[in-house]
Amino acid sequence: MKKILIVDDEPNIVMALEYTFKKNNFEVFIARDGQEAFVILKNQLPDLIILDVMMPLVDGYATLTQIKNDERLRDCKVIFLTAKNKEKDIEKGLALGADLYVLKPFSVKKLVEQVHQLL
Amino acid sequence: MNSIGLLFILALYVSILFYVAYWAEKKSHSKWTNNAYIYSFSLAVYCTAWTYYGSIGVAANSGLGYMPIYLGPMIIIPAWMIILKKIIRISRVNKISSIADFISLRYGNSRFLGALVTLICVAGVLPYISLQLKSISETFHIVTKTHSDFNVFLDTTTYVCIALALFASYYGTRYVDASEKRRGIVTAVAIESILKLVFFLIIGVYVTYFVYDGFDDIYTKASVLEDFDKKNTIGSVTDGINWFFLCVLSMFAIFLLPRQFHTAIVENNKERHIKTAMWLLPLYLLLFNIFVFPIAWGGNILFEGKGLNSDTYPLLIPQFFNNNVLTVLVFLGGFSAAISMIIVSSISLSTMLSNNLLIPYGFIGSLQNVSPEKNSRRIVNSRKIGIFSLIILSYVIYRVFILDYSLVSIGLVSFVIIAQLAPSFFGALFWRRGSKNGAVTGIILGFLICLYTLLVPYAIGIFNSSSSFIQEGPWGIALLKPLQLFGLDYLDPIPHAVFWSLFVNLISYLSISVSFKGNYRERNYAEMFIDIDQYVSNHEDAFIWKGTAYISDIQKVLERFLGVERTKRGLSIFNLKYNIDKNVTTADARFIKFAENLLTGHIGTASAKILISSVIKEDVITLTEVLRILEESKENIIVNKKLIETSNELKKISSQLKAANQELVNKDIQKDEFLDTVTHELRTPITAIRAASEILYEDDDIPKELQKQFLQNIISESDRLNRLIDKILDLEKFETGKQKIYLSKNNIVKTIEKSLDSLKQLIENKNSTVRFDINSNEIKVFYDEERIVQVVHNLLSNAIKFCSATNGEIEIAILEKKEAIEVQIHNNGNLIKEEDFEAIFDKFYQSRNQNVKKPIGSGLGLAICKQIIEHHKGEIWVENKSENGVVFIFTLPNYNTIENN
Repeated sequence: MKKILIVDDEPNIVMALEYTFKKNNFEVFIARDGQEAFVILKNQLPDLIILDVMMPLVDGYATLTQIKNDERLRDCKVIFLTAKNKEKDIEKGLALGADLYVLKPFSVKKLVEQVHQLL
Repeated sequence: MNSIGLLFILALYVSILFYVAYWAEKKSHSKWTNNAYIYSFSLAVYCTAWTYYGSIGVAANSGLGYMPIYLGPMIIIPAWMIILKKIIRISRVNKISSIADFISLRYGNSRFLGALVTLICVAGVLPYISLQLKSISETFHIVTKTHSDFNVFLDTTTYVCIALALFASYYGTRYVDASEKRRGIVTAVAIESILKLVFFLIIGVYVTYFVYDGFDDIYTKASVLEDFDKKNTIGSVTDGINWFFLCVLSMFAIFLLPRQFHTAIVENNKERHIKTAMWLLPLYLLLFNIFVFPIAWGGNILFEGKGLNSDTYPLLIPQFFNNNVLTVLVFLGGFSAAISMIIVSSISLSTMLSNNLLIPYGFIGSLQNVSPEKNSRRIVNSRKIGIFSLIILSYVIYRVFILDYSLVSIGLVSFVIIAQLAPSFFGALFWRRGSKNGAVTGIILGFLICLYTLLVPYAIGIFNSSSSFIQEGPWGIALLKPLQLFGLDYLDPIPHAVFWSLFVNLISYLSISVSFKGNYRERNYAEMFIDIDQYVSNHEDAFIWKGTAYISDIQKVLERFLGVERTKRGLSIFNLKYNIDKNVTTADARFIKFAENLLTGHIGTASAKILISSVIKEDVITLTEVLRILEESKENIIVNKKLIETSNELKKISSQLKAANQELVNKDIQKDEFLDTVTHELRTPITAIRAASEILYEDDDIPKELQKQFLQNIISESDRLNRLIDKILDLEKFETGKQKIYLSKNNIVKTIEKSLDSLKQLIENKNSTVRFDINSNEIKVFYDEERIVQVVHNLLSNAIKFCSATNGEIEIAILEKKEAIEVQIHNNGNLIKEEDFEAIFDKFYQSRNQNVKKPIGSGLGLAICKQIIEHHKGEIWVENKSENGVVFIFTLPNYNTIENN
C-alpha cells in the first residue's frame, strides 16, 4: 500500500483529498503545515507528498526545500497543489524540485490519474 | 586723592583694557567677540565724555537742551534695517574702510573727493578729540584737586595724553588692510561702553537716593531755584525750530561721524547684528538719560552761586561728600567714554589720512617699486604716526583754543562740520543722478558757510561784544552778520549754522548734479551702490571697463602690496568664482574691479585705482554706452533670475512627478498584490466546493453520513465565499467614498454588549474571560451603529483569536475624554512588532510582507475597521502593553462636548 502525505490547512479540501485517496487504496497522513509535516515524516516515509503553498507557520516552498535537503526523503515524489497560478510561482515551484504543479481548483479524478502516473 | 595714586589706578585700568583687547584679538573668531551685543555696545561709542559730562552741563544751564542729541539717533535708528544694511553691503563688497572711501567711490572713485571728505572729517573730529582730552585733563585735575599748569610740560595730563596716543597708535594699526576687522579694539570699546553706563547709573542713583530723597525731592528743591521753569520748558516756536535742527544734526551724526561709520559699518560682521543694535542702542541712550536731570539739578541746588563748571557735577557731588571711591569710579567712566572715542576716531581718521590723502597724493610713487614687506611697513608706520600726531594735535588745539568753551558747544561744532557730508552721503544711496561735481561743490560751500557762521565767530569769541564783525557784520553790512545771516535772527548759533550750511550744500549738490552730467564711472558706481542687492554676490559684474590689460601686469602690482602668496590665492579665488581658465592672459572688467578691491583695503579706493590704471590702457566709454551695458547686464541678471526660477520650478515639478509616479507604481504593486490575494482567497472555497461536488457526483456508493458532511462543507464554503465578496465590496465602497455613514445618537455601552452577545459561543469555546468595566450604563455618542458593531465585532473576534490559549483574558474599557470617546479592547496574547503597527491596518498586509504565509482570517477586517472609524472622523491604532498583550484603541468624536463648546 502506497503512502501519501497531504499538507494543507484548509480542512474541507483535506477532507475531500483524504476520502479520495483512501478510496484509491492509499495510506493517508495529514498535516496542517510544514511543521506538522515534519513531525509525521520523522516516522513515516511516504511515496508522495501533496503540498499547499500558502500555509501558516512553515509554507510550502520552505517545506519542499527541507525535504530535498533530507537524504532519506529525497526520492519522495512531491506535488504542489495550490491556488497560486502565476507563471513565476509555477516556475519557482518546479525549480525547487516538485514533480508536478497542480492548480486549485482541481479535478479530483484527474489528480488521482496524475498521481498514478507519477508513482 | 593725589596724582600718583590716580595715575596708578589709571595705569591699572588701561592695562586691564589692554588685556581685554589682546584677549579678544586672540579669540577673534569666538562667539564672545563676534556677537550682536558686542556690536551694539561698540556703537555706544556715540556717548563720549560729552554725554558723560556735557549733557549735565547743558541740563544744569539750559534745561532740556541736552535731549535732541539722543532723540535724533532714536528717531532714525528704526530706518537702519534698510539704510544701514545697504551701506554695510556696499562697503563689504567694495572693501570700503572709511566714509571717505564710501563717498569718493560712489562719485567715480574720485581722488579729490576722497581727500576733501578726509579734510572735512579731520576738521570736524579734531576739535571733538580735543574735547575728550579737555574732559580727561579737567576731571583729572578735579579728582586730584590740582590745577592745570600753564606750562604744558609740567602738566601731568600732558603725559596721560602722550601715553594714550602711544597706546592708540600701537593698537589701531595691527592690520595693513584697513577693511580688516579689529575685534580687540571693538571688544574693548564695547566693554568700556558698559562700564561708562554702569558708573554713570551708579552716580545717578547716588545723587538721587543718597544725597537726595528721590526724584521728587530734587524736583521740589530745584523748582524754587531761579529760572527753573524757563529752562525746563520748550517755549516758543523758535525753540521748537532750534530743537528740530539739533535733532536733524544728531540724526546725521549717527551715520556720518567717522567713529560711527567705523563701528557700525567697517566692524560689522553679520548683517543680522543690526537687529539687536536697533533696540539695544536706543535703550542704552535712554538709560544714559535717566539721571542727567537729577544730577544736573542736584548739583545746581548744592553749588548754587559758586560759579563751578556744571559739566563736572558728577565728580563734584561725590567729592563734596568726601566719597573718594565714587569720585574715582565716575572719573574712570568719563575716562572710558573719552578714550573709546579717541581711539576709534583716531584709527578711522588715520586710515582716511593715509588712504585718501597721503598715499594717493603723496608717496604712491615711492610705493610702486618696493617689496611688499617694505610697503606694508611704510603704510602701517604712516598710520601710526597719523594716529599719534592727530591726538597730540588735538591736545594742542585744546590747550591753545578751547580751554574755555563748554564740552557741548565744541561737540556741536564738530557735528555741524561732519553734517556737510550728509547730502552727498545719502544721495549716494538713493539718487542715481548725484554727480561728483555736485558733491564737491556742496561740501565746499557748506563748509565755507560753517566757517563763516560758526568757526570764525567761535575763534573770535562768540559772545564777544566788542567784535564789530559779529555785532554789525563785515563792513557794517547787517545782512552778512555771521550769526544772523540774511536777517535770520531767531535761531541759536548752532541751528543757524546748520540751516544755512546744509541749505546751500543741498541746493548746490542737487542743482549741479542735475545741470551737468557726471562721467561714466560715476554713473557706473551709482548703479552699483543703489542696486547693491542685485550685485551683492557678484559685484565685479557691475563694473564697466573697456580697454587692454594683461593679468601679469596687474599681478605684479598686487604682489607688491599683498605678497606673492596672497596674490596667487586671490587669483585662484577669482578664477574659481567666474570659472575662468588660468591660462587666460588678458584681464577683463571683472578682474580689474577685483584687483582694485584687493588693494583698496591697503591703500584706499583712489590709490588702488591709480595703481591699477598705471598698468592698463583704458578706452574712453561714453555715458550712453555705460547705460546701455548696465541695462544689458541688468536684463541679463533678470533673465538669469528668471531662468533659475524656471529651472527651480521645473526641478520641483519633476520631483513632484517622480513622487507621484512612485506612488502610482506603489499603488499598482499594491493593487496587483491585492488582486493576487483576493483571487487566491476566492479560489480556496471554490476548490473545496468543487472537490466535494465532484466526489458526490462521481461516487455513488459514498456512505450517507459522509455525503451529508460533504454537502455541509459545500454550504459553509459558499457562505464563506459570499462573506468574502461582501467584505471586498465593503472596502471598495469605503475607499472610493461611495459608502455613506448614517450618524445617530447611540449608546456605545449597548453597542459593545450587543457585539459581545453575538460572540458568546466563541468566547466559551476558547475558555477565555471577558471583563467589561463601565462607570455608567449609558454613554451617548453619535455614530452609525451597524458599522460600529462591525468594528467592535471584528476587534473582539481578533482579541478572542489572539489572546493567550491557556488563560485568555479580554478587557474592554471606555474612556470619556473631552475631545473624543475612546474604546480600548485589550487581549493578553502575543505582542505585535512595532514596525507592523500601521501595516496591520492595510488590506492583506500579511500577504505583502510574507508572500506565502497564510493570513489569518480574511485579511480585510482591520482595513475595513480603519475605514469605518476614519469615516466617523475618529482614529484607530494599536499599542503593546508591556509584557501583557496588545490593546486596540479606537476613538469617536465626542460631539456632546464639542457642541457645548
